[in-house]
Amino acid sequence: MIQLDDVYYSYEGLYTALRGVSLEIEDGERVAIMGSNGAGKTTLIKHMNGLLRPQRGHVFLDGRDTRNLSVAEMARIVGLVFQSPDHQLFLDSVHKEVVFGLKNLGFTSEEIEDRCASTLEHLGLTGFAERSPFTLSGGERKRVALACVLATEPRVLALDEPTIGQDAQQKDRLAQLLLDLNQKERTVIVVTHDIEFVIEHFPRTVAMADGRIVADGSTSSVLSNDKVIELCSLAHPQVTLAAKALRQSFPEVPERITSMSQIEEVIMGLLEGGTYS
Amino acid sequence: MTLVEFVDFSFKYLEADSLALKHINLKIDPGEYIVVTGPSGCGKTTLCRAINGLVPHFHRGYVGGHVYVDSKDTRNSEVAELATIAGLVFQDPSNQLVTLNVEKEIAFGPENLAVEPKEIRFRVEDLICRLKLEPLRDKHPHEMSGGEQQRVAMAATLALRPKILVADEPTSNLDPQSAQLILDLIADLNRQGMTVLLVEHRLDLVSNEASRLILMDKGSIVADGAPRDVLVQDLCQEIGVGIPKATQVYKQLKRRGVTLGRVPLTGKELAALVKEARQA
Ligand SMILES: Nc1ncnc2c1ncn2[C@@H]1O[C@H](COP(=O)(O)OP(=O)(O)OP(=O)(O)O)[C@@H](O)[C@H]1O
Ligand SMILES: Nc1ncnc2c1ncn2[C@@H]1O[C@H](COP(=O)(O)OP(=O)(O)OP(=O)(O)O)[C@@H](O)[C@H]1O
Ligand SMILES: [Mg+2]
Ligand SMILES: [Mg+2]
Repeated sequence: MIQLDDVYYSYEGLYTALRGVSLEIEDGERVAIMGSNGAGKTTLIKHMNGLLRPQRGHVFLDGRDTRNLSVAEMARIVGLVFQSPDHQLFLDSVHKEVVFGLKNLGFTSEEIEDRCASTLEHLGLTGFAERSPFTLSGGERKRVALACVLATEPRVLALDEPTIGQDAQQKDRLAQLLLDLNQKERTVIVVTHDIEFVIEHFPRTVAMADGRIVADGSTSSVLSNDKVIELCSLAHPQVTLAAKALRQSFPEVPERITSMSQIEEVIMGLLEGGTYS
Repeated sequence: MTLVEFVDFSFKYLEADSLALKHINLKIDPGEYIVVTGPSGCGKTTLCRAINGLVPHFHRGYVGGHVYVDSKDTRNSEVAELATIAGLVFQDPSNQLVTLNVEKEIAFGPENLAVEPKEIRFRVEDLICRLKLEPLRDKHPHEMSGGEQQRVAMAATLALRPKILVADEPTSNLDPQSAQLILDLIADLNRQGMTVLLVEHRLDLVSNEASRLILMDKGSIVADGAPRDVLVQDLCQEIGVGIPKATQVYKQLKRRGVTLGRVPLTGKELAALVKEARQA
């Protein structure tokens, strides 16, 4: 379990990036953190694996105050993928990068190779093992950064903007991999601006603005709250916008429509109703 | 007159086994707004780099065919010269920013082109205002969040007043409202004459403004036309490209025997078409 208790953080004492953040995430949850650029999402997620330490308040991992834990201890529990892969990748082959993360975790060399190969395959990177990460496309490089952490199957996955640069198919594959890990009791935390990815795969959303948590609850309630959307620079998904526009003419259209199948049924109902009435 | 022309252009990076671009033929006229999309690794960034000369002058490799920018063959032109015509916004903004603060970053390009200081001041202030960068004015580019960096990178490129803006996934790190702000500004500049080539995965945000959508796969252009005509094809989903949700609903309804008046790109359009169908 991860607990943040009234956490404050300022860069160089000047820019206050977190202003009293409290948050609890249970084992096995899937949580999305969303919100405005500069809201403090990256700063927050870096507190979860000890890269940043709270200047006020506390961060607890499994009930232990992280002040008493080393970065190495925390990194074993929480695997963090950076927003920019350039801050994470430093070796001259994809294979070396993925193996590097697996090496100190007590696996046999056979297990290491198996995990490396299967993670690369799941992320559409088969055939890239011997390439230097610096000769890959942007989306490919991001997937290598993800592979390094996902291959180790840490208890908590903390992923900063995992869908950047990914096409629909790669996103689906990534989601499948995350759901599989979640099935194995892994906690999955993502920071993302990708509303549809959140609606489809994350039951809980934390919305941030200006260094604070503005809303925390079920994804459908947080993302259908107009005030939160405005305050956290979010937007309604297109299907919700369609439903809102339809509701102006047809009050029978229900509120809180977020999925394609829901809007499809609404439209079928309206059009068939129209023909028969 | 054509602004950019690819003539049977192919490119293979030195360190790669296969071609990143294969026999590309493409004409871009002044004033167009083109969106390029396609699966990860299909060659979108390489296409952008070929327009401003980074391919083949900075990224070396095998070159076949030619790219002409404002009638200049990029093979025989300097990157600095091409930069005055084609302004590139990099896919990863942290690789683009070079100076000590946001103001200097925006002024850097025009200063190198020896633009008059008074004009530079005007451009810097104008962009700081339009891209809402005021609170970041004195910040070091590496002391900013990912989305803040991306907005600054866009401002730095627009300060060059390029004839063609080539923006490689310029909204990937932006929250939805900032993304809309940037895309509105680009659409505005396009209406004033700037040619635009934008690489994007978020097609529901851009397809309405674009005059043309180019779909790439494995180094080739596989579809090129009006956004609605391209997006409605099954090809998009077959190669792994996500089409707007409104367009997906349209296709799904069609399968169930309901055909709306035209192909919608946004939720609002979808709703309007349903209302029309109800009234008919
Ligand atoms: N290294 C740094 N030095 C100084 N200020 C910083 C630094 N990194 C971030 N900041 C500032 O701290 C605030 C929070 O930044 P953070 O990176 O956590 O935002 P974010 O929510 O992840 O934004 P984005 O969606 O743009 O990635 C921003 O105002 C940013 O300018
Ligand atoms: N510097 C490089 N050296 C060798 N190969 C490269 C280099 N840059 C890209 N490639 C390869 O060229 C192909 C096209 O890459 P490109 O960056 O143009 O793709 P992209 O469509 O922009 O992908 P993404 O959506 O992931 O950014 C990919 O297979 C990639 O691995
Ligand atoms: Mg961030
Ligand atoms: Mg790219």
